[in-house]
Amino acid sequence: MSARRERWLGLGLEVTVPLLALGLWAVLSAGSDTYYFPPLTEILETFADTWVFERVGSDVVPSLVRMGLGFAIALVLAIAIGLGLGLSPRARRAAAPIVEFLRAIPPPALLPFAILVIGVGNSMKVFIIAFVCLWPILLNTVDGVIGVDLTLRDTARVYGIGTRDRVWRLMLPAASPQIFAGIRTAVSLALIMMVISEMVASTNGIGYFVLQSQRSFAIPEMWSGILLLGLLGYALNGGLVMIERRLLRWHRGARASALG
Amino acid sequence: MSAVAQSATARRVPRARVADWVMPWLSVAAVLLLFELLPRIGVLPEKHFPPISQTLAELGDQLTQGRFWEAVGNTMQGWALGLGIAAVLAVPIGIVIGSTRLLYRASRGLIEFLRPIPSVALIPLAILIYGTGLESKVFLAAFACFWQLLIATLYGVQDVDPVATDTARSFGFSRIQRLFRVTLPSAVPYIATGVRIASAVALILTVTAELVIGSPGLGRSINLARSGGNVELMYALIIATGVLGLLLNAISVQAERRLLHWHPSQRRAAEARE
Amino acid sequence: MLKVEHLSKTYGEGDDAVEAIRDLDFEVSEKEFVCIVGPSGCGKTTLLKCISGLLPPSGGEVRLHGQRIEGPPEQMALVFQEYSRSLYPWMTVRQNVAFPVRRKHSAEDTRRLVESAVRSVGLTGSLDRYPWELSGGMQQRVAIARALAYQPEILLMDEPFASVDAQTRADLEDLILEVREEYGVTVVFVTHDIDESVYLGDRIVVLTPAPTTVQEVLDVDLPQPRDQVATKELPAFARYRAHVYRSIKRKQPEAVPVETESARA
Repeated sequence: MSARRERWLGLGLEVTVPLLALGLWAVLSAGSDTYYFPPLTEILETFADTWVFERVGSDVVPSLVRMGLGFAIALVLAIAIGLGLGLSPRARRAAAPIVEFLRAIPPPALLPFAILVIGVGNSMKVFIIAFVCLWPILLNTVDGVIGVDLTLRDTARVYGIGTRDRVWRLMLPAASPQIFAGIRTAVSLALIMMVISEMVASTNGIGYFVLQSQRSFAIPEMWSGILLLGLLGYALNGGLVMIERRLLRWHRGARASALG
Repeated sequence: MSAVAQSATARRVPRARVADWVMPWLSVAAVLLLFELLPRIGVLPEKHFPPISQTLAELGDQLTQGRFWEAVGNTMQGWALGLGIAAVLAVPIGIVIGSTRLLYRASRGLIEFLRPIPSVALIPLAILIYGTGLESKVFLAAFACFWQLLIATLYGVQDVDPVATDTARSFGFSRIQRLFRVTLPSAVPYIATGVRIASAVALILTVTAELVIGSPGLGRSINLARSGGNVELMYALIIATGVLGLLLNAISVQAERRLLHWHPSQRRAAEARE
Repeated sequence: MLKVEHLSKTYGEGDDAVEAIRDLDFEVSEKEFVCIVGPSGCGKTTLLKCISGLLPPSGGEVRLHGQRIEGPPEQMALVFQEYSRSLYPWMTVRQNVAFPVRRKHSAEDTRRLVESAVRSVGLTGSLDRYPWELSGGMQQRVAIARALAYQPEILLMDEPFASVDAQTRADLEDLILEVREEYGVTVVFVTHDIDESVYLGDRIVVLTPAPTTVQEVLDVDLPQPRDQVATKELPAFARYRAHVYRSIKRKQPEAVPVETESARA
C-alpha cells in the first residue's frame, strides 16, 4: 500500500468509524425493549424536545454560569498566587506543605464542607468549582515561572526591564505553555465538579436534571442529559485546543525550529 | 534600584539558608494556630469551624474505631478495583491499537469523542445498572481511569524511536519479539505516569460515588457526618481522606521513580504535570 | 571608562568551593574595542557576568566612570551567545528590539530607534517576523539590534558568534565593526577564537585557565578598516595570531614579556 493511499484511508477511517459506531448503536437499540437502553432514535427525539431549547434557560444556563464563574475565579487567583510563589523561593517553601495537602484531598470530599459552611446555593457550587480548579493551574504556573530560562531572565535584568514588564511580558508569556496545560486539566475538573455539585445539592442544572431523570425513571431523558454532558465536554475540549493553537503559536514555532 | 536589590539578595543568602527547612514547619504551625485561635475568638463561627485541636482529637479517636477503618477499606477497595480493571483493559488495548497504524487511525476519532465525556455524567446509568453498591463505584472509577491509561499507553507506543525498531528488525526479530523487547520497554515510562495520574482519578471517582450514590466508604461517611451535625467528625474524615490521597500519590511517585530511574524519558514524562 | 580591579569570583563554599576568577585587573577606554580571549573552560562568561552586574563578585570590583557596579547599569548592553534563548519567542523582531527601549522613550522615538537599529543590521524586511522564523545568524543580528537601540555606551558580547557557521560569522564580524563606527560604542568582546580576537580588537586581554587571571594585554596595531581578506593576509596578522596562541598555551603569567606589560598602562 502506498503511503499516500494509506493516509487517505486513515483519514477516511477517522471520520467514518465514529459514524459507524453511532449507526451500530442506532441499529442495535432499534426496537429495543430493554428498559435501560432505549432506542437511539428515542434518545435523540427526547434530546431535541428537552434541550432545543426547552430547558436551556432553566438548566443549561445556570450550569454554565456556575462553571464559568468558578473557573474564572480560579484562573485569576491561581495565576496571581502562582506568580508570587514562583518568584519567591521562601514563599514557595512555606506554602508547599499546605498546597500539597489541599490538592491531595479528593475534591468531592470537600462538598459536604462547602454545603455546611456556604449552604446549598449557587455560591457553594461556584466556590467548590473554583477551589478544585485552583490547584492544577497554580502548580503549573509555579513550575512554569521557575522554569523560565536563565538567559531570558538575565536579558531582562541587563536591559533594566521593570517589575511590571518583567511579570506581564516576560514571566507570564514564558510560563504560558505550562499554564495552559494546567488550564486544560482545570476545565475538565470544572465540568466534573459542576455535575457533582448539582447532583448532591441543587434544584436545577444539567447534573440535577440527569440524576432526577434517573430517580423518576425517565430513562430517555437521562440519556439525553448524558449525551448533552458528553457534547459539552467535547466542545469545551475543542474550544480550548483552538484557543491554545492561537495563543501559543509562537511556542510551537519556537519548539519546531529548535528541534529542526 | 535593581542594583541595590541585587546586592541585598546577595547578602541575605546565608540567613535564608538557615530558614530553609524551618519554613514549611513554620507555615504548618501557623495554619494550625490560626484554625485554633480564629474559632475561639469568634472570627470564624465555631458552629462551622471547631478549633483544630478538637478536630484532631476526633481524628485520633476515629483511628481506634473499626467503623472508620471499614470505611477506609471500602474506599481503597473501590480505588484498587477501578484502577486495576482499567489497567488490565486499557494497557493491552492501547498497545494493540498503538502498534497498528490503521487501527490507530480508525479508533482515534472515536477515542477523541469519548474521552472528554465527564465520567460523573454516567452516575445515573451506574445506579440503574449496578445499584448503589461497590459495582457502581468500580464502574465509574474504571471508566475514568480507562481513558487516562489508554491515552498514556498510546502516546508511549507511538513514541518508540523508529531507529530502535529498525535496528531490531534488521537483526531479524519477529513482530512479537519487537513488541516485548523494544515497544513495551519504551512505553513503560508513559504508562507509569498514566498510572500515577489514574490513581488520583480513581480515588476522586470512588469518593464521588460514595458521596452521590451513597456507596459505603469515606465519601458517604463525610456526608453523613455533615447531615448528622457532627462537624468535628466531618473535618476529621476530610483530613483522613486528604492523607489517603497524599499517601497514594507518594506511593505511586516512589514506585514510578524506582521503576524508571534508569530511563531518560522519565525526565520528559515528569514535565507534564497534572 | 571601565575598570576591573582585583576582581575575584568563587562559586560555592568550603570544600565545594570552585575558584573561577582570581585577582583580575584590566581597563577599557572610551570607544575602544577590547577582545577578551582565553582557553575554553576559563571564566570568560563569569567575568562578563561580573562586569555586567549580573553576578556579584566575591572580591574586588568593577567601576564604570568611577562608579562601582552592583547591578546591571543603564549604560551597558549585553549580547549573549545563546541568541535563541535571549530573544523572546512570543515577540516579533520589532517588539523584541523595542522591549527595553519603550520604557525610556516616547512611542515615536522608540519606533525611530528600533527601525534605525534594525536597518543597521540589515533586517528591515523581517521587522514583523518572529525570531524562530529566522536563521541563527539573523537571530543574532536581532539581538545586536536590540542592544544598539538601547543606546549603550558600552556593549558587552559573550561569544556572540560561537554558534553560527563560518560564513555567517565573518559577515557578523564585519557588521559589528560597522555598527561600532556608526554608533560610536565601546565594545568588550569575549571569544575563544584567536583569529576573531585579532581581527576585531584594538586590544586583546589574554586570560589564563581557571582560576582565571590576566595573562597578558596586547595592543593590536593593524590598519583600519579591517577587511576579511586583506587584513588576514598581512604578516602582522599572522604574528599577532601566533603571539596570542603562544600566550594562551603558556602556563605561568610571570613569563609574560616585559614590553607588553608596559603597554598595559
